[in-house]
Amino acid sequence: MTDVTETSIATQKIETSKQRQSRIIGVLLIVLALFVVFVFGLGLSGDATFRLSRPTDPFALPNLVVPAGPFTYVAAALLAFLGARELIRGGTRWTSLSLGFGLAILVFAFLVWATAGKSFSLTGMLQATVVRAMPIALGGLAGVLCERVAVVNIAIEGMLLAGAFTGALIGSLLGGWGGLVAAVLVGGAFGFILAALVVTYRMDQIVAGVVINLFVLGVTSYVSSQVFSELRQLNNAPVFRAVKIPLLGDLPVIGPMLFNQNIFVYGALILVTLATYYLFHTRSGLRARAVGEHPRAADTLGVNVYRTRYIHVTLGGMVAGFGGAWFTLGSVGRFDENMTGGRGFIGLAAMIFGRWHPVGALMAALVFGFADSLQQKLALLNTPIPSEFLSMAPYIATIIVVAGLIGRARPPAADGKPYVKE
Amino acid sequence: MTTSIGKRALDDSGRALLKRATRGHQDFEDLVIVPVFAVIVALILGAVIMFATGVDLATIGKSFVALAKGSVGSVNALSETITAAIPLVLAGLGLGLGFRTGLFNIGAEGQLLLGGTAAVVFSFTFDGLPFLLLMPLSLLAGAVVGALYASIAGILKATTGAHEVISTIMLNLISFQLLNYLLRQPYIQKEGRSDPISKSVPDAGELPRLLDWLDPNLRVHAGVFLMLAAVALVWWILFRSKIGFAFRASGENPDAARYAGIKSGLVIVAAMGTAGALAGLAGAAQVLGVLDRASPGFSAGIGFDAIALALLGRSHPVGILFAGLLFGGLEAGGRQMQVDAGVSIDLIAIIQALIIVFIAAPLLVRAIFPWGFRKSDKAAGGSQ
Repeated sequence: MTDVTETSIATQKIETSKQRQSRIIGVLLIVLALFVVFVFGLGLSGDATFRLSRPTDPFALPNLVVPAGPFTYVAAALLAFLGARELIRGGTRWTSLSLGFGLAILVFAFLVWATAGKSFSLTGMLQATVVRAMPIALGGLAGVLCERVAVVNIAIEGMLLAGAFTGALIGSLLGGWGGLVAAVLVGGAFGFILAALVVTYRMDQIVAGVVINLFVLGVTSYVSSQVFSELRQLNNAPVFRAVKIPLLGDLPVIGPMLFNQNIFVYGALILVTLATYYLFHTRSGLRARAVGEHPRAADTLGVNVYRTRYIHVTLGGMVAGFGGAWFTLGSVGRFDENMTGGRGFIGLAAMIFGRWHPVGALMAALVFGFADSLQQKLALLNTPIPSEFLSMAPYIATIIVVAGLIGRARPPAADGKPYVKE
Repeated sequence: MTTSIGKRALDDSGRALLKRATRGHQDFEDLVIVPVFAVIVALILGAVIMFATGVDLATIGKSFVALAKGSVGSVNALSETITAAIPLVLAGLGLGLGFRTGLFNIGAEGQLLLGGTAAVVFSFTFDGLPFLLLMPLSLLAGAVVGALYASIAGILKATTGAHEVISTIMLNLISFQLLNYLLRQPYIQKEGRSDPISKSVPDAGELPRLLDWLDPNLRVHAGVFLMLAAVALVWWILFRSKIGFAFRASGENPDAARYAGIKSGLVIVAAMGTAGALAGLAGAAQVLGVLDRASPGFSAGIGFDAIALALLGRSHPVGILFAGLLFGGLEAGGRQMQVDAGVSIDLIAIIQALIIVFIAAPLLVRAIFPWGFRKSDKAAGGSQ
């Protein structure tokens, strides 16, 4: 691997960043191909059976049976081909597509390897993937709304936790919808507080975020150990059940994944669509992005920078509050201390991965959700890979993206800078 | 060069913060009145929160008495306060040094976990070495691992510009998983246990307790000397050494520092490494002095509290020492409060968060409490 790097540096002193990127990706893909052959392929036998639908489904699909040994070799060959292609004629526009395709092959090879000789419900896992991705996607969307107006929001974690807490408390008192509305409002309130601290009081954005996280963690843990432990009826909210959309919900694979879910999944998909339309196809969306890229120019053109930031950070808080309610109203109905467990930070990672675009954040969240649900399934399949390493993968991937080793994500130009009106 | 959150993007606000955090000695009000105000107001708001959650006035009074009694009321209370302060101060010193250099290291928690684990593993691996070798070397192992782990973020920032806030957050999350994995390895896991927990530190690896001749329950341990030495060392590094000048210069004005011939990449890696070493040392002191073994989440948020501490102590070693004693006192007093008055110790976390709000947003403090500040300062605060 180093040989390749050194020779190409020697022969070609000046190289564009694109060439460098495709070289790295090429080497990476070849390494992955070797990995697939030597770790997965050797001595693998048996068939991997993926169940696509339950026998009771109206349009049942037959099981997908893959001969494990041959498949891994085919996968490795494909990976090697993609890698070699990048190395030889890199710098073309197919680079990131090759990488994505290569990673998909890798994941599928992994699944085949893990299920060889066993059977496994693919649809069930995909459904779990969508469910687990939602709080991350909503956290990421909250981050997009804030960072597009140049406010770094480290407090997503706290806002999710506040939403989860409020959902449980108010949901127990007023029912599910009341809890949901309250969670959104409380999330919005923390968004407003963040905006006030960083816009009006010009506190450092990261310190403000850290403080909100600590504060929410403190308050929710305090109330849950001080009040909930004695008054259990305050922490027993109704849960939103899955609502099946007629016809679409009966489709195989896609039906259970997308059309037989609870309102959080539908809500997240709608919010992502709305946010994309708003940010990139409306006048006020354009103004908001202008505030994030060049606040002084926006100000000169008559956009109220402070108000725009207040509005979008509050909206971001509301989205995060909605995502937070998922933890209680969308799954167990009960609040536990620190139950978001770092999902807000993963949402932040999803935002970076998704290159500050709502759809990108959603896609990244789905990848993270997939890793998460895969980790749960691995325990059932008895694979020798420790599940901890799988849970680490999204974080490592985020560091790689942040470091710009594979593609570089560009934040809004004014991100993190306070704006002082002249 | 563009980066995730944007190197350029955070520079201005970061610099403003660091300037504020480091201005220190210039201004009595900033150094004394704001922190004292912040602590008092946070305590009052803590009382308000207790009242709001249905705690009656008598219990609120009782809990504040317990808070005082549990932090400074007896030899045992003082011992607990100092014991809690040791890892906080060590990790806080590292973070403060980072702030001075213009680095916002959120990763102390992960560095502390891995450093502590390394110290435990080292100590039982070399069980049999005499105390004078085993204990210091175990501490050193913790510091080295903490430094290496922090250097990842430093090297990434120096070479690719990856923003340290994101990379340290991710390194924290990775460290939690890594710890879970490590603690299940047969070599590390305690024999006969199925849950993730490490073997115990041998006696010769432990930081000796200082006052057990007085009462075997007094937990204060030799880490207190380590803490004081670290305060002195960091003070010396920051204000008397050449590299410390480079740290501070890079923090105050990175461009000027670069033009003056200071290698910014090297400074970043060195500062992150030093901060990580101190955080690792904090973890090592915690396991060798108090916990005796590593378990998931044994850091108990020390790495995050240390951020608050470094801000409260104005990134000055002596300030961090006092802030650490204050937080240690809150911690120890909070436990007493939980026992005596039945008020959850989580209240302490709220009070700590409120303290940082008031410390980090002086404009807010001045807006709420206009008295106690000179007019001219108000203007100065307003222009920041």
